[in-house]
Amino acid sequence: MAEAELSVSDKPRDSVREADNPRQSLLARFAADQPLKLDCGVDLAPFQIAYKTYGTLNRTRTNAVLVCHALTGDQHVASEHPVTGKPGWWETMVGPGKPIDTDRYFVICPNVVGACMGTSGPSSTDSKTGKPWGLDFPVITIRDMVRAQAMLLDHIGIGSLFAVAGGSMGGMQVLQWAASYPDRVFAALPIACATRHSAQNIAFHEVGRQAVMADPEWRGGRYLLEGANPRRGLAVARMGAHITYLSDAALHRKFGRRFQDRSNPTFSFDADFEVESYLRHQGISFVERFDANSYLYLTRAMDYFDLAADVDGVLANAFKGTPTRFCVISFTSDWLFPTSESRAIVHALNASSARVSFAEIVTDKGHDAFLLEEPELFAIVRGFLDSAGKARGL
Amino acid sequence: MLTRTDRTMAQAARTPGGARVDLLVMAEMIGRGAKVLDVGCGDGELLKLLERKGVDGRGIELSRDGVNECVAKGLAVIQGDADTDLSDYPNDAFDYVILSQTLQATRHPRQVLEHMLRIGRQAVVSFPNFGHWRIRLQLMFGGRMPRTDNLPETWYDTPNIHFCTIKDFHQLTSVVGARIERAVALNAWGTPLRLNAPWWFWNLFGEQAVFLLSRRG
Repeated sequence: MAEAELSVSDKPRDSVREADNPRQSLLARFAADQPLKLDCGVDLAPFQIAYKTYGTLNRTRTNAVLVCHALTGDQHVASEHPVTGKPGWWETMVGPGKPIDTDRYFVICPNVVGACMGTSGPSSTDSKTGKPWGLDFPVITIRDMVRAQAMLLDHIGIGSLFAVAGGSMGGMQVLQWAASYPDRVFAALPIACATRHSAQNIAFHEVGRQAVMADPEWRGGRYLLEGANPRRGLAVARMGAHITYLSDAALHRKFGRRFQDRSNPTFSFDADFEVESYLRHQGISFVERFDANSYLYLTRAMDYFDLAADVDGVLANAFKGTPTRFCVISFTSDWLFPTSESRAIVHALNASSARVSFAEIVTDKGHDAFLLEEPELFAIVRGFLDSAGKARGL
Repeated sequence: MLTRTDRTMAQAARTPGGARVDLLVMAEMIGRGAKVLDVGCGDGELLKLLERKGVDGRGIELSRDGVNECVAKGLAVIQGDADTDLSDYPNDAFDYVILSQTLQATRHPRQVLEHMLRIGRQAVVSFPNFGHWRIRLQLMFGGRMPRTDNLPETWYDTPNIHFCTIKDFHQLTSVVGARIERAVALNAWGTPLRLNAPWWFWNLFGEQAVFLLSRRG
């Protein structure tokens, strides 16, 4: 029953080319004498960071906004994606006249270390062997991503950022930025995130990773060398993860129990329901632009994230005496990073007497709400940045 | 204009410009450039007033609408509950902690006041006076829970569960060991009563009161 399985195309993967030579992106190359010192103890060198910028850096270099992308995002935040041809992943938020206004701010969005859109990661070519890294790529952490971004800013010549913004894994980077480089962050916008990954979230990630690794095409992580690709495994991982980004209410509202192009069940394992068809589409389209090993590395980085662990288990110590102003935002129906996680961030910030705003937005759209049309989110981000901009003299 | 989050004060207690008189009195008590926490900040009216004085203001508000409105105005406000969330703040984190028209709606007014005096060097509290003569008359002759322009809700709808009189509050300040730095009573039109009036006069004719307190010793 072939149609009951995921049918994924065999066309050559664009993302492999993107890994070494990203299109429509700027590239910062760091030579052997500028290693990225990773938490695992390895010095990664040489390495490269692919990034995009929007807007103009002002003369005093005070209007730079760093946008950090989520697990499956990339640097194409506000412009067409070179592989899918789709609009940027946060065009509702970033652009001329948008809350993160590129007419006022200089927006930088780098691809994170370990990803597959041009910044060094497992699908990049290891200069020592001339072959893709695969699982020989060192395991990276959120702190490593942020360390690399700091090197990128040094490279561009930006000392302090006006703001750092991001949702989900991007929000984790925002928090890490504020903890690691408080003097380089004037304003921080962590959205729909947490200071550590919960057991439930680690569990979901493990299911995704096992789905990838269970695909025989994964070949022990050597699929690029062997001309294979674990598309089915990665698609299943994406399908599972995608459910966690939505909510019961949103799924019900969008699909209910409706049938897909049929009026009766087929008494088979075909995608009878609209929701099944939608998930399959999500899975299949994801593998066209994403690398399976990158998925393993980035989910791992999120699992390892625990900001308090670095400071004797007391979260407030991570933000002690911070000069940064924060705006923490959560969504009522987000069960991946529920409001309680954001509240923990706020409590820690209060204990450090930090300047913090915290808003919970009512929506049924789940975790993904931060990427969607949420007027209240836009009003809050705009208000927060306007006020911070005034304080910064922008 | 009354906002949806501001259910405590009627038009009478506003200036022609629309500002709440008790807020103006409170703002006047706060020093320039001070660090202030406004507990129960509503839609951020007082914080906005204070911003003009160069005050570094933060707010806590229970209603989500109020919070989101404040944050969109660029104010540093978080969603939280005076009864439970003040314990998160360290000692001496602020110069002033403000509680405007909220004390009577808290579950544990004494603990809230103690936290305020712990977190801030000084505390500013405004509250409706349940000892006002009109309230006394309503209870005496009407025999029902009083309702006024400023306190329009019925007893079963009101969020105000711990009403007190000026005399009661005066006594609470000594229970928690606070020193009264200043006290002002406002009549129904928001005009301050004369300063040298005795407490019984304030308790009878003050519709609301504003206290500036500090820790004793």
